[in-house]
Amino acid sequence: MKGYYSRKLHSLLGVIPLGGFLISHMISNYKAFEGGKEGFMGAVHFLNSMPLVFFLELFLIWLPLLYHGVYGLYIAYQANNNVGNFNYERNIRFMIQRITGVITFVFVIWHMYDTRFQIMIGKITHDELGAVMHGIVSNPVLFALYVVGVLSATFHFANGLWAFLVSWGITVGPRAQRISTYICMGLFVVMSVMFILAMTGFRDAEFQAANAVIDIAKTVLS
Amino acid sequence: MAQTATASKSVKFIITRQDSPESKSYTEEFEVPYRPGMNVISALMEIQRNPKNAQGQTTAPVCWDSNCLEEVCGACSMVINGKPRQACAALIDKLEQPIRIQPMKTFPVVRDLIIDRSRMFTALKRVKAWIPIDGTYDLGPGPRMAESKRQWAYELSKCMTCGVCLEACPNVNEKTDFIGPAAISQVRLFNAHPTGEMNKEERLEALMQDGGIEGCGNSQNCVRACPKGIPLTTSIAEMNKETTKHMFKRWLSV
Ligand code: SF4
Ligand code: FES
Repeated sequence: MKGYYSRKLHSLLGVIPLGGFLISHMISNYKAFEGGKEGFMGAVHFLNSMPLVFFLELFLIWLPLLYHGVYGLYIAYQANNNVGNFNYERNIRFMIQRITGVITFVFVIWHMYDTRFQIMIGKITHDELGAVMHGIVSNPVLFALYVVGVLSATFHFANGLWAFLVSWGITVGPRAQRISTYICMGLFVVMSVMFILAMTGFRDAEFQAANAVIDIAKTVLS
Repeated sequence: MAQTATASKSVKFIITRQDSPESKSYTEEFEVPYRPGMNVISALMEIQRNPKNAQGQTTAPVCWDSNCLEEVCGACSMVINGKPRQACAALIDKLEQPIRIQPMKTFPVVRDLIIDRSRMFTALKRVKAWIPIDGTYDLGPGPRMAESKRQWAYELSKCMTCGVCLEACPNVNEKTDFIGPAAISQVRLFNAHPTGEMNKEERLEALMQDGGIEGCGNSQNCVRACPKGIPLTTSIAEMNKETTKHMFKRWLSV
């Protein structure tokens, strides 16, 4: 019985709350592109003004992320990918889902170390997040790595949503599964564009802050 | 091609062989005289008649399994040019040469191309893929099945437990205990039967055990590989729905 529930929970957590978090993260970051520094800061302050923010983070982000990530690595390990002999679109997505899962796992740890962890240990404040991001995305290599990480995360979410709909018996027939492919892949494209625009938004000079913060960003990165 | 066949024309094979369940596998090449309309089984029979490899050395004839020779028993499944399929239905004229033949390694290899598909029959037992009608007295006729339902259920009943879908599945391997697509589809078949339906929950619960339906990762190779065209992924999604409903029902009823 255990396997059934743990796998179902894995699938659920990927969409709720993690998928929801990814979307809210995208929206608040997109503010950096749309509203510049002011817009982004507004979003950061809004999120931090939520009641019981510590518990929200713990139960809606940290714990689900830990479970989904660790169990997901195990699922990825279990597959014997065979796209060589079975070169079909669904099978390729099956493989990419596992690859992007692993990349996202690494990316999320790296990204959280740069941002949330630095806040936790008191090196930076929420107000300096924009400057940290500016420091990262202004470096072309790090920018490229971030693009890879972001594309992995958005694909993994969008394609995972497609699989979620199958695994929970919502899209049953071939037509339903085909249409949900179009919708989910559309979601992947839209989310990727918005995230990348947000990252270009952070490149704007207005996010540049006092040298001290940049230095922290640099030591964090090195 | 067939018209131009001459006595000298031959068909090349590269066959993965294994002498015993524990021994290492190796490949051996064969050249078999071409005959119009021949298939992989008739080529293997030719090797049996004249067990010489491509180098002309006498060798042990290649072992294989087959019964019906018309793609209904599933015994002759093997991997031909990378794809698992029935050897008796694999026409030489339609295959690229040299023809590479391997056993379906997802299953334990007994010898050469013979594999042991017991795990599939074990899976059918696990999910109770039958309709219990035995009693100590005559139970009378069962309820009738609607014709509209019979039509799609018939498609599912074509499964010959050949194992091709398990071979094609990236999640059926030594790292998992996934029972594979065939048995899941059989649950849908027997749960659709008006008498079988009376034991529906038992089969759903069997699918919710370890190695059950949760092992599916939606690569959907099975539906493309099945020689009988069984809508395996629809069956799996339908069983996902049924087990999900069953899970909630059970939670709400305690
Ligand atoms: S479902 Fe198709 S591929 Fe799988 S065992 Fe049955 S007949 Fe073979
Ligand atoms: S011998 Fe029966 S399927 Fe080939």
